[in-house]
Amino acid sequence: MPPAPQSAPQKPLARLPWKNLLFGAALPVAAMLAAFLLGAVVLLALRVNPFTAYASIFSGVFGSLSGFTQSLVKATPLLLVGLGICIAFRASMINIGAEGQIILGALGATAWSLAFRDLPGWLLLPGALVASFLAGALWGFVPGLLKARFRVNEILSTVMMNAIALQLMNLLIRGPLIDPAGVAAGTYLAQSERLPESVWLLRLIPQTLLHTGSLLAVGLAVVVYIFLWRTTIGFRIRAVGLNPDAARYAGINVPGYQALSLTLAGGFAGLAGAVEVMGVHHRLLEGITSGYGFSGIVAALFGGLHPLGLIPAAWLFGSLLVGADKMQRAVQVPSALIDTLLGLVVLFVVGSAYLSRQWAARREIALSKQGKESEG
Amino acid sequence: MTLPEPKQKHIQRIEMRDIVKRFPGVVANNKVNLQINAGEVHALLGENGAGKSTLMRQLYGLYRPDEGQILVNDKPQVFHSPADAILAGIGMIHQHFMLVPTLSVAENVALGLQSSHEPLLDLQNVSQRIEKLSQAYGLKVEPDAYIWQLSVGEQQRVEIIKALYRGAGIIILDEPTAVLTPQEVNDLFVTLKRMTSEGHGLVFISHKLHEVMAISDQVTVLRDGQSMGTRPAKGVTRDEMVKMMVGREVKPLAPQPVQTGEVCLQISGLRAAGDRETEALRGVDLNVHAGEILGVAGVSGNGQRELAQCLAGLRKVTGGRILLNGQDITQASLQERMAAGQSYIPEERMRDGAIREFSVQENLFLRDHAASAFTNGIFLHFARMAARTREVIQQYSIKAPSAETPIKNLSGGNIQKLIMARELSRQPKALIAAQPTRGVDIGATEYIHQRLLEQRANGTAILLISEDLDEIRTLSDRVAVMYEGQMMGILSRDEASVETIGLMMAGVAAT
Repeated sequence: MPPAPQSAPQKPLARLPWKNLLFGAALPVAAMLAAFLLGAVVLLALRVNPFTAYASIFSGVFGSLSGFTQSLVKATPLLLVGLGICIAFRASMINIGAEGQIILGALGATAWSLAFRDLPGWLLLPGALVASFLAGALWGFVPGLLKARFRVNEILSTVMMNAIALQLMNLLIRGPLIDPAGVAAGTYLAQSERLPESVWLLRLIPQTLLHTGSLLAVGLAVVVYIFLWRTTIGFRIRAVGLNPDAARYAGINVPGYQALSLTLAGGFAGLAGAVEVMGVHHRLLEGITSGYGFSGIVAALFGGLHPLGLIPAAWLFGSLLVGADKMQRAVQVPSALIDTLLGLVVLFVVGSAYLSRQWAARREIALSKQGKESEG
Repeated sequence: MTLPEPKQKHIQRIEMRDIVKRFPGVVANNKVNLQINAGEVHALLGENGAGKSTLMRQLYGLYRPDEGQILVNDKPQVFHSPADAILAGIGMIHQHFMLVPTLSVAENVALGLQSSHEPLLDLQNVSQRIEKLSQAYGLKVEPDAYIWQLSVGEQQRVEIIKALYRGAGIIILDEPTAVLTPQEVNDLFVTLKRMTSEGHGLVFISHKLHEVMAISDQVTVLRDGQSMGTRPAKGVTRDEMVKMMVGREVKPLAPQPVQTGEVCLQISGLRAAGDRETEALRGVDLNVHAGEILGVAGVSGNGQRELAQCLAGLRKVTGGRILLNGQDITQASLQERMAAGQSYIPEERMRDGAIREFSVQENLFLRDHAASAFTNGIFLHFARMAARTREVIQQYSIKAPSAETPIKNLSGGNIQKLIMARELSRQPKALIAAQPTRGVDIGATEYIHQRLLEQRANGTAILLISEDLDEIRTLSDRVAVMYEGQMMGILSRDEASVETIGLMMAGVAAT
């Protein structure tokens, strides 16, 4: 064996990650443009000028302070849910249960805030966040345990947990948690009492909904990044996700870390629920999830299942939600069209992810060839 | 596909001219020329990934060449599928047999062929022809036996009969000896000689030099997709062949005897179930001393894999005990075994040993990331990990562009070196090495062998499980032969001749 040239082959590779990153970012954007192009055809069929329609999306988000802040407000739960999806996915666990976990988180935050309303704010508010995290985590832990112990498919169990969570919320906000004011007025609205002001998340800009939850979410994205790539637990979660056999051989408790990843995913979705209750509505009401549990999955995919990639991805989806809403009002298209448009985006993004994997595989072969040649 | 009732095709010669086959980013065959003549065994020699199988797959119609021509009896032919190749008189015996286990020999042979009484089967007719072929070529086969009842050697004979039945004039054998005992190899060679004397041309794909020298008339060596030339086998020495294969000289190892110490790894009455609920280990007794390499030989599937997994802690032990320096580790976890001083090189390198997407560094710390030197319990200590990785890359001459390169970009040999580095740098007291050089090129094999011998000199007890008899015989101080979940016996270095080991591998006790 001749002594290995250690430095020579470094050149072609050193440049590559940047190219990869750029490529990784360009692809979803291209996919989105393609979706809009196809959406334009649908708009034309409805005799709507696509330029006006798309312009209304753009101006809906960037045309006013309230539109812009709204996009951030909607991005916040998407980001939090997406972080959880991302952790689970890194362990190769598919969490479809974010809807239910959001509900549990919202329930946890509400119940805590109402039960301990006399506590000082500096204790009540963090306590509510912790309660929501734990409640959501519980909803992730159950499928995690089922997976670890009985190999129950987590996709099925998390979906079922959604149904349970929904009925649990329906029960509670019509029963123990129902707003006493509604009862007194005889309306019996299915919503909770208004939360004490001390747990309201601070509004960052007056007259808008933008609240500190958004900052929390961005901060947590960084935390999750560090968690996954800098800690021993994150290392093991990634090892389990990439190759459970090798992880097992390395002495890692594979089912345990799978369960842990689902539990953490639930916790983050739970926080999303808390943010909605404490930052936006200030009470628990029906439809609290707004479908964030599902669109969060899409945002996570869009962000390349990377905590930092998720930040722009979540904001993009938040903007789409706001913009689409504005477009609907501006050009009078049926709301189903908005869903179609979002669906197209999802389709193209998923399709582009497939393409990018194929291209990556090809580049890899070329690269490994280069690598092997330079060994010679 | 249904093919008509075949007749023996007379192929005088097949020529492959300037064959080029590219895969994304790789030129698997680059202007390769090959001429196969009737009545000859033509050996195709080369390391893993040299392009032997790719070349033959093009001849058998599984791939289409990007450039170049295939001429059968001087006439250009294009094979769109194996059916075309079979019609032209080409047969292939794959490394993994293409037989249906629940069907009989005759049914397997008739599979895909047109019957003389369509739509009814004519198995009797088929059986008669099989018997004729089996007599003519000395291939003992029972037409009514079911495939699942047959040994690997017998199944291989069925594959050969299948090819002959289809009238193959030229037959490609892809590493046919890999699954056989030495005696079965001898039987196979007798058959092959018989076939060439009947006018068949054979292509013998192999990387085992002594077999190539024993059987072939012509040798073509491939290296990195290119032909290094064709020579008559009689005129080439072993060293010349190695040089053609590897591109440089490789000296054979001559391990010096070392002083062996106390018993380190003590295995007594070990029992475990296999994957199919049958008992894979039926009371294994072995003692491995410090400073000794104990080789475990055996035909694949006699419990070697399960033995390695039990020792590693990956398979449940149902009986018996494993002691490591007196400490009972029978039920210990993987981490506990590691802490007790046992290292393990797994058989399935890419499945169990490493994570493709992880970097060199991450793979290096796959098992040791929790060690106090590299973590404070929560955060990984990257600077120290990186420093250690640089050290190890240097020390084990792992050829990687950088510590951050995902290992899927490394060659098999370098990945194995990385795994060796991880397992050896722990200074283990006992090392289980399962098939450490399988699928690894000659250069890396040589390196891995040297490292194993070094470790032996350092006083590690090494259990070497391998299906490569040469490897076992070169490295081992003692050889244990495994048969049907038990040790047939343990031989000293001097007793461990190929013949003796071969007999024991076939279940015949040493006398």
